[in-house]
Amino acid sequence: MNVLVYLIPMAVGLGLIGLIAFLWALKSGQYSDVDGAALRVLQDDDIEPRQHESR
Amino acid sequence: MSETLDLSHYAKPAADGTCDLELAVEGVHCGACIARIESAVKKLPGVADARLNFTNRRLHVSWTEGALEPARIIETLEKIGYHGHPFVPLRAEQEEAAEARRLTRYLAVAGFAAMNVMLLSVSVWAGSDMTPSTRDFFHWASALIVLPAAAYAGQPFLKSAWRALRSGALNMDVPISVGVILALVMSLAETAKHAPDAYFDSAIMLLFFLLVGRALEHAARRKTRAVAGNLAALKSDTAHRLTGGELVTVPVKALRGGDRVLVKPGERFPADGTVVGGGSEIDESVITGETARRAVASGARVYAGSLNFNGALTLEVSAAGGGTLIDEIERLVEKAASSKSRSLRLADRAARVYAPMVHVTAALTGIGWWLAGASLHDALVTAIAVLIITCPCALSLAIPAVQVVASGALFRAGVILNAGDAVERLAEADTVIFDKTGTLTLPEPRVVNAGSVDPDLLQTAARLALSSRHPLAAALAREAASPKPYDGVTEEPGQGVRALIDGAEARLGSAAFCGLANIAHAPGSSLIVFTHRGRSAVIAIAQKLRPDAVEVTARLRLLGLDLRILSGDRPESVRPVAEALGIAQWQGGLKPADKIALIEALKQEGRRVLMVGDGLNDAPSLAAAHVSLSPISAADLAQAQSDAVFLGERLGPVYDALRVARRARRLMKENLWFAGVYNAVAVPVAIAGLVTPLFAALAMSASSLTVTLNALRAARGVRAAPEQPS
Repeated sequence: MNVLVYLIPMAVGLGLIGLIAFLWALKSGQYSDVDGAALRVLQDDDIEPRQHESR
Repeated sequence: MSETLDLSHYAKPAADGTCDLELAVEGVHCGACIARIESAVKKLPGVADARLNFTNRRLHVSWTEGALEPARIIETLEKIGYHGHPFVPLRAEQEEAAEARRLTRYLAVAGFAAMNVMLLSVSVWAGSDMTPSTRDFFHWASALIVLPAAAYAGQPFLKSAWRALRSGALNMDVPISVGVILALVMSLAETAKHAPDAYFDSAIMLLFFLLVGRALEHAARRKTRAVAGNLAALKSDTAHRLTGGELVTVPVKALRGGDRVLVKPGERFPADGTVVGGGSEIDESVITGETARRAVASGARVYAGSLNFNGALTLEVSAAGGGTLIDEIERLVEKAASSKSRSLRLADRAARVYAPMVHVTAALTGIGWWLAGASLHDALVTAIAVLIITCPCALSLAIPAVQVVASGALFRAGVILNAGDAVERLAEADTVIFDKTGTLTLPEPRVVNAGSVDPDLLQTAARLALSSRHPLAAALAREAASPKPYDGVTEEPGQGVRALIDGAEARLGSAAFCGLANIAHAPGSSLIVFTHRGRSAVIAIAQKLRPDAVEVTARLRLLGLDLRILSGDRPESVRPVAEALGIAQWQGGLKPADKIALIEALKQEGRRVLMVGDGLNDAPSLAAAHVSLSPISAADLAQAQSDAVFLGERLGPVYDALRVARRARRLMKENLWFAGVYNAVAVPVAIAGLVTPLFAALAMSASSLTVTLNALRAARGVRAAPEQPS
């Protein structure tokens, strides 16, 4: 069962990475316009090329 | 518009040489709008960034300072078919956004910890052949995850509990905090002693569920707040300021005391002030409820929101708070608001009973077991198990969950809540007092005899009226089937308009202007005469009831409500309205103080009064009533005093609000009863010392889910309002 000593911290560590990614996304404002994001994904930016915003 | 529009009041210069502007945009409804608006604005010279937030319909533009006249942005939007209204975000709104982000962070951390700990806990519960050392390792791993997570995510509860205790009160957060802290301390002690049971998972799961409730409640409130902010921006108009003989259009908010403003016929006064030039008749129904017009000349005091009828007026804006009428009203509002006994919210009432009961039960359990011969350790563990199992998970979710669903349902019905506990107070109302002007009737006058006028004559008159700015003509113009004005219309100031239609002159205006003898007319209505090719029509324009007022008042009566009308208008104009609606108890000609006195008298009888009003004169009674509603067209001060605002021309939202609120209150009570039954079952098990961590986890999740699902019923049977907000 010694393998658990590695596996559990690894599992928790992966979870932590997910948590940090979420907190970063929240901080950078990616959750401020959830309805808009659902519509923006359908925009044809590639047909009429336009530089992407950095925000 | 030929005049320049000055928006410097709204543009915020940033440190890096750019300027920022926020606009509430009307007419955004799909993904294509986002692309059209953003690309059009970005094409303007100097614009660095333009981003439309679809959730709250706001456009944020930043540009290099000096490179762009901000008015160009609004013109650009106008050109592609959208209306942009600049505004300054409220401070409260920004603070709430920060609070929402904080709550989401707590929620994320609690969720992360709960998921990972549950993984370990389930292994412990399932692993009957697990060695004690592996179990201890799992418990220590749980402790390592949960302790920091709980210390972080538990902050909102711990802080609120601490605040309550310091002021000597009890709220729901006190038993929560005590339960969580004791569960963690006990689990840590048990783990150190290699005991088989630890409650780390229960503690963090509890925090997670409670945070879900708080985050949802907050999100719902924030959404309505954002819509209310947009509506306020949509309402705020521009004014024509005279600066050194030049006319500049500025936002009303940029006006200062001493400014001179031109008010054209058909416009509303942008601010309080004194007339310094010109003469006209004004309609002050928004201020006093009085529908008869008042003649004003130089030296007359006028109030923001009144409608200018005939002639152009020059107004000197008075300093804020300088108006005698406004001062009087504000004094009454303050007095009414301070004398209002805040009704205790259902959740706080439940907490008052619940918290001491739980703590006494736990203490008695511990003492009982100890006296019965159990070891001090076992007695303590059982007592803490009682606290964990009774932790008011269901109870603290029971009311917020219903509130979230109910405010969502009200939002769809066109009612925007201002106060958090408005739903509870609405449900308690047993008497409804309506104001007349602008509340039971439409805020703007309408044609009332359309049925008795020849239809094609009415249409011609309505199209001709499109060319006039006179308020009576504006009312007639609403009847036009197609908004196509005639060419070559000339306006005779104060008399009427004329134009050549089908080769013959048509005239619309006063009886004298149209060559008719004076006609007797009913009080409360105004007449406008139309002549064309020898035919003539007399069109009566008056305050008209909201289209569904009769139906709504009848349905309100079916709910068992006592309806009354208290109006500031003359009794002879209140009578027909009261008779049409079948409301027997009505009074007219009331001053704001009279209205308050009548409301206080009803309160003395033990009634709970719902006040529905819109005028500035209603603001004190809105503040004094148990609960209050305003139409969106209401004066700002009145709106600020009311618990909820309803949108649109119909009175229906008033009925919807009461019905949803009553259903919501019933569900809240049901949920509280459910929480009580849950405890009646779970507590004896805990007192008997039979609670295991698995039992606690199952009981808590099941009860939380049940009350949440029950809360969803609050939205049933509410139809969406035809006019959607924003």
